[in-house]
Amino acid sequence: MSTVQSPPARPSRGPLTDLLTGGGRSRRVLWLVLGVLVLVSVVRVVSGEQELTSSSTMAAALLLAVPIALAALGGLFSERAGVVNIGLDGMMILGTWGAGWAGYQWGWGAAVVGGVVLGAVGGLLHAIATVTFGVDHVVSGVAINLLAAGIVRFLSELNYIDNPAGGGAAQSPPLASQPPDFSLPVLSSGPDLLGSLEQRHWFLISDLAGVLRGLTSDVGVLTLVAVLLIPVSYLVLWRTAFGLRLRSCGENPAAADSLGVPVYRLKYTAVVISGALAGLGGVSLVFIANIYREGQTGGRGFIGLAALIFGNWRPGGLAAGAGLFGFADALQLRSRTAVVALLLLVAVLLAAVAVYQGVQRKLVQAVLAGAFAAAALVGFLTIERLPAGIVFFTPHLTTLLVLSLASQRLRMPKADGLVYRRGEH
Amino acid sequence: MNRLRRVGLALLGPAMAIVVALIVTAIVIALIGKDPIAALRVMTDLGDTPSQQTQSIVVILNRAVPLFLAGLAVAVAFRMGLFNIGVEGQYRLATILAAAVGAAVTLPAPLHVLLIVVVAVVVAAVWAGIVGVLKVTRGVSEVISSIMLNFVALGIASFLLTGPLRGSAEGQSIVTTKTIPESGWFPGLNGVLTGLGLAEPRSELYGFLLVAIVIGVAVAVLLRRTRFGFDLRATGLSPSAARASGVDARGMVIKTMLLSGGIAGLIGMPELLGDVHEFGTEFTAGLGFLGIAVALLGRNSPLGIAVAALLFAFLDRAALPLQFADIPSSVVTIIQGTIVLAVVIANEIARRLALRSAERAGSSAAAPPPDSGGSGGGGSPPGDGPDGGRRAYTPVPGEQQGAQA
Repeated sequence: MSTVQSPPARPSRGPLTDLLTGGGRSRRVLWLVLGVLVLVSVVRVVSGEQELTSSSTMAAALLLAVPIALAALGGLFSERAGVVNIGLDGMMILGTWGAGWAGYQWGWGAAVVGGVVLGAVGGLLHAIATVTFGVDHVVSGVAINLLAAGIVRFLSELNYIDNPAGGGAAQSPPLASQPPDFSLPVLSSGPDLLGSLEQRHWFLISDLAGVLRGLTSDVGVLTLVAVLLIPVSYLVLWRTAFGLRLRSCGENPAAADSLGVPVYRLKYTAVVISGALAGLGGVSLVFIANIYREGQTGGRGFIGLAALIFGNWRPGGLAAGAGLFGFADALQLRSRTAVVALLLLVAVLLAAVAVYQGVQRKLVQAVLAGAFAAAALVGFLTIERLPAGIVFFTPHLTTLLVLSLASQRLRMPKADGLVYRRGEH
Repeated sequence: MNRLRRVGLALLGPAMAIVVALIVTAIVIALIGKDPIAALRVMTDLGDTPSQQTQSIVVILNRAVPLFLAGLAVAVAFRMGLFNIGVEGQYRLATILAAAVGAAVTLPAPLHVLLIVVVAVVVAAVWAGIVGVLKVTRGVSEVISSIMLNFVALGIASFLLTGPLRGSAEGQSIVTTKTIPESGWFPGLNGVLTGLGLAEPRSELYGFLLVAIVIGVAVAVLLRRTRFGFDLRATGLSPSAARASGVDARGMVIKTMLLSGGIAGLIGMPELLGDVHEFGTEFTAGLGFLGIAVALLGRNSPLGIAVAALLFAFLDRAALPLQFADIPSSVVTIIQGTIVLAVVIANEIARRLALRSAERAGSSAAAPPPDSGGSGGGGSPPGDGPDGGRRAYTPVPGEQQGAQA
């Protein structure tokens, strides 16, 4: 009488299918990464755009992904606690100014502190407006974006005009010291094995070497911090009691309140952390330029928001989104002809979607995807280089496409954006 | 009496906000070692000679007209509970295309102007319509899609300006489209000013001021006196109740976005038709974002928005004199930002006060509910915009789809 049964295992569908689909989530992610890499290296060989996977492009992508990822992480904390944060960009602006001001006087360590503190002040303002006064989250966020731009301009006019160290109404003096950066010994520095492998331009192997070398050479200290913050955020939000309570405020604050969770205090904490992370994102921008400049964020707070949504309000997903947007940004900076090669990539992907939908007998979607694939292919074959204005909005257009194609699969925290008032729901 | 109190409560929010903003600014100015009273005198000083004074008034009015239109565009969507944050992108894209079309054709004067305006309205409406369509068909939150479309629109505009629509010679620092021929210019109103016995100002008062007034009245009538306006406000107050009473919510979203976008298309027109006659890198930017602030301050009613636009324009004019008086002109931006933040907080407090007094009245006698019919004549009832914090329903991407399936 054995009542203990093993969980109903799926019938084996042959060794190949098991290899491809078995092993759960981590295996699938691995296959996905491998698939993308193969696809990109095919595109590189076909189009001859070596910049596509060069280590310098990858390094630039990582560098540019950091501010986006930090802003997105900021959004994650805030929105998981149920507060929509449109003000990320404003908090980032405050962060850049704080970093510039503290950095030119006391070096890079102070810049980090200055940026984080000013960003957190922005977050605190947002928390006061939304949590204590119950102002609509989007309205408060928009107001903070407006206010932040005015405050930094004012502070710059006050501090940097006639400053003997340099600077002016729109920029700070350069930082007093540069942050350190690290390279992986032997592989990426010294003998630089990966570098020599990359120069061979072998199919797949050189691509892998380029990617790895880009990710491991001259990595800035903030980049390390940002990369570490992603798993840390996951652990904090999904594996601690604090995180559970914080997320419960974003899902069902009334229920959380009834169980003794201090909803207001947690929301405050989350939004202040959010501002601090966005401020840190601003610091990373200042480190890239070694100076504070007005308009330095270039709307990256909004791209961070986009990455957050792209990543379905999850740390892993937002990291992928930030990486993608950083990559597009870097590619555009390194070589504008290489961006056109991406069109080939898009064409291949869309063609695959078309075939898949066709097999599923969804003819409309199949035809649509096929048409877009053909258009992308024609674009790749005919366009020499994309104009800067068009390339600039690639991340935003991607987000729109993802949202409109996959919005059913995205799930934001249930009480996100709703004003919670104790005893009033 | 009751109505008087309601109007008073509606005005309480903005009044408190302006006082708070003035105090904050006075503290800021005092902190940098200047005299706040002197700064206030600089800001309110319109000039010594009559000609300078009329010039100042013209500058204020010329700035207020686009701000008013921007606020109106935002407010129409707000009243429905929609956030059109994309006004910025809508008007920039509309203006550059309208400028290009206007420069490409020659028509008799009224037709030429009409064509330019229609092109601008249509372009902006279509651009805003994308947001509406995405919302009702794919369940994409209009906040996110309009932010993203902003960037796309600005990117397209900069591409068009430096590429196919470039009218200025290569290598010039200011890039513009081709100039619109004189038949496409909108006449100014300086004749009216001198007719009133005022001194002739240096700049021309935009004739588009009259169009803006007409639009403002039309929107007020549309919102208050038509079925469409009633449906719109009802949906904004309670989407579920409106749907239950037979309002086509999906159609309303698209119509409202088209209307909001159409008004947004007009924002660039005063400057384009009345002053510069070409779109370029120097064209006034940021009006869409300021429009959000103006709409919030004006409590989403056309009259309120007009007052708010005048206030913001007055503050903007003060930037230059402040600079001459050795006070950072960015003080103006701080005042504006503080006003916005303070006004949304003050509105929320005023709404609670109103709610509490209504509850008290309700408990003493079985009084009618505070918002019976929402037909408040003068000021709008407190908190009937999203700034009142009563927006009960934030669209979740995908949720709408699921609900319909």
